[in-house]
Amino acid sequence: MNKKIVLSVKNISKSFSGTKALSSVDFSLQKGEIHALMGENGAGKSTLIKVITGVYKYDEGEIHIGERKICNHSPQEAQENGISTVYQEINLCPNLTVAENLFIGREPKRMGFINWKLINQKSEEILRNLNIEVSPTQMLAECSIAIQQMIAIARAVDMRCKVLILDEPTSSLDKEEVEKLFELMKHLKKEGVGIVFVTHFLDQVYEVCDKITVLRNGKFVGEYETDKLPRVQLVAKMMGKDLDSISNIKGERKEFSGKRIPFIEAEGLGHQGTIKPFCLAIHKGEVIGLTGLLGSGRSEMVRAIYGADKADSGKLKVNGKEVKIHAPIEAMKLGMGYLPEDRKRDGIIADLSVRENIIIAMQAIRGMLKPMSKKEMEEAANTYIDLLKIKTESRETPIKYLSGGNQQKVIIGRWLLTNPQYLILDEPTRGIDIGTKTEIQKLVLELAEKGKAVTFISSELEEMLRTCSRMVVLRDGGKVGEIESDDLTQDNIMKTIAGGEQEND
Amino acid sequence: MIEKVGNRKHCYKKITERRLFMPLVCLFIVLLANVIKTPDFFKVSINNGVLYGYTIDILNRGSELIILSIGMTLVTAASGGQDISVGAVMAVAAAVCCQILSGGAVTTNTFENPLIIAILAAFTVSILCGMFNGFLVARLHIQPMVATLILYTAGRGIAQLITKGQITYIRVDNYKILGGYIGSCPVPTPIFAAIMTVIIVFLVIKNTALGLYIECVGINGSASRLVGLNSAMLKFLTYIICSLLAGVAGIVASSRIYSADANNIGLNLEMDAILAVALGGNILSGGKFSLAGSVIGAITIQALTTTLYAMKVSADQLPVYKAIVVIVIVILQSPIFKKYAAGLVSKRAAEGIEGAN
Repeated sequence: MNKKIVLSVKNISKSFSGTKALSSVDFSLQKGEIHALMGENGAGKSTLIKVITGVYKYDEGEIHIGERKICNHSPQEAQENGISTVYQEINLCPNLTVAENLFIGREPKRMGFINWKLINQKSEEILRNLNIEVSPTQMLAECSIAIQQMIAIARAVDMRCKVLILDEPTSSLDKEEVEKLFELMKHLKKEGVGIVFVTHFLDQVYEVCDKITVLRNGKFVGEYETDKLPRVQLVAKMMGKDLDSISNIKGERKEFSGKRIPFIEAEGLGHQGTIKPFCLAIHKGEVIGLTGLLGSGRSEMVRAIYGADKADSGKLKVNGKEVKIHAPIEAMKLGMGYLPEDRKRDGIIADLSVRENIIIAMQAIRGMLKPMSKKEMEEAANTYIDLLKIKTESRETPIKYLSGGNQQKVIIGRWLLTNPQYLILDEPTRGIDIGTKTEIQKLVLELAEKGKAVTFISSELEEMLRTCSRMVVLRDGGKVGEIESDDLTQDNIMKTIAGGEQEND
Repeated sequence: MIEKVGNRKHCYKKITERRLFMPLVCLFIVLLANVIKTPDFFKVSINNGVLYGYTIDILNRGSELIILSIGMTLVTAASGGQDISVGAVMAVAAAVCCQILSGGAVTTNTFENPLIIAILAAFTVSILCGMFNGFLVARLHIQPMVATLILYTAGRGIAQLITKGQITYIRVDNYKILGGYIGSCPVPTPIFAAIMTVIIVFLVIKNTALGLYIECVGINGSASRLVGLNSAMLKFLTYIICSLLAGVAGIVASSRIYSADANNIGLNLEMDAILAVALGGNILSGGKFSLAGSVIGAITIQALTTTLYAMKVSADQLPVYKAIVVIVIVILQSPIFKKYAAGLVSKRAAEGIEGAN
């Protein structure tokens, strides 16, 4: 056996109540290697990771760490065996300091008391070694998401892990933060840590990974050297089909040509502390994109329009009439719908069924005293499960058991059911496989064709360029520009986003 | 053969995964223990024109608890916390009702004011208590246990103030109906009160979207707001319903003893009500709920209390035995134990397959 291999997984199978989530999957990781684990939603990436880290028991197969066969029953046991995981959602305590988070559960003690001095000292060392610029005594909640993520990694590394699993660590980071994270990963790689990197971003895979393992429908597709596998090939392997369906969407974007009838007109609308007053008109039948770096105020802008954050300045006209929106329900009654950015926190109602999740917005509009009948609910749910091709065992399955992409589709279905005149989609494609992304993009264009106004927010410029006919650029919590028709190029947008530095000079 | 074992396993899963399965099993165990101990447990006879028997006694004595547990279920589901002031609110409602009926006197042989006015006043005061709790929880975001602790401690004092520190007696036959019998009807009135409450709340939930709204707010408040629900308003509403039901229970309890005993009406009943909600398979941190489960839970607790009394356990020692039984029941319903039991069954099924081969 190759001495350099730190983790090898052989023939792992796992099924959940009859459905196979993994069937004879192989995976091997070498010392000092960054290994991407790729696959669409439902390919079995998360399941594989949970099997490796002992969250799930596997049905068949073997897991080796180095030469030793192991069987993890819990994440703690996996940690003792040298496998640490950092999840997309950070599992640290925001109300504790950085140092406390680094040492929680394994505090150095002196005579039974926690040795705070030593903790802070050691933390400083760890942070310095990994080039993380933060003070050990700072509260974690005050750190940016990126720093929090790095602290989670630092904690894992300090526990002498041989294998570090990063489950979509970059999905909530902006470009600069991702760079910092990559530096850290490369640093760890030099020290001989094997890193498993799960991500949806192809660019990132090609930037840092040595090898790629692709899964599809719970099956092992193959292991490849990154520089010998062209991107197109990788995408094809993940999707298991030709690329036509992806490239199709190009050219579908039509210039917005109809008569410009504004649906939303904001004049100096703003919300103290989140979005500076802005002016914006959104027309019927138009897809307008909001772009900018993370934290630039994209979400905050739509939240102010929708009434999720009650606007404290300016005027808002909907369909030509001036309105004051105090709560989302009023916006909904005016014909708006809002798919929030954080699906888990603001979108799904985890324990409720797919059916209830679909009808809830419609029910809220109708009011408490006019409940939808069982038949109406079932019809509505069936319609959108079919229309959006939602993969779910049944209409009554709790939404929490669905994959991320399907959860997102349920929420889209929830809003389509209310037949909104203006639909806000905040990062509808984040953390979603390419197939579903394409479907969502097509849907957006269809909505616009039917005369609805759509606002589309995405971190992926390319995707926005394909769907939007006009783009609003934001920076530091304010609107800085609008780009449309022929000027709408990646180059122009980048320049507008970056524009601030030139002004400052 | 394999198919048969598989079927059996499937069947077992289907039954055990029903939400009401465990609560019913617990009730069954308690009742079974009773039948073994007292063979004529289920015997119902008619003495002096009214029904007698252990089962009737359990339902009769458990009426207040059933009424309280309904309100507690809604509060728990919406706010992920419990209203521990219900016992005290019962005392306040009873005090208001009796004081108005007696016209301020310590004891009375005739109604000084119409009964309906006294009852409506008691309900109004209960609703005010609920609004106070609801305001603290829904508007000021105070933890439910802490918010309702205020009325839990102050409530009985307020009741004492209302009755001027005395026990107000209403020695009028009409007042005893609610806690006794209607005319020559052999079934105790409190049972009707409990059934009516359950039916009314059930109908309200079935004919409005209130149930769905409450579950939604209890599971994810932030998402609920974005789909247009007013979570503060809904929480507020559940606290009002809960206190109103406590008021109903308080009047029933007061009618039983035709007096307002501020110190003893509903004493420690809030804990039993919370327990009933938990035994009914409802999660105390909010979200999905089952009214039927809570009713079964309430009956289980009352059956247990009655059993222990029947076994001549003194009132002082009662909590000890109750605690032991509660521990067993709670363990039976814990997810870890359920998993373990399911594991045993599938193992047995697997052995069955091997044996067949």
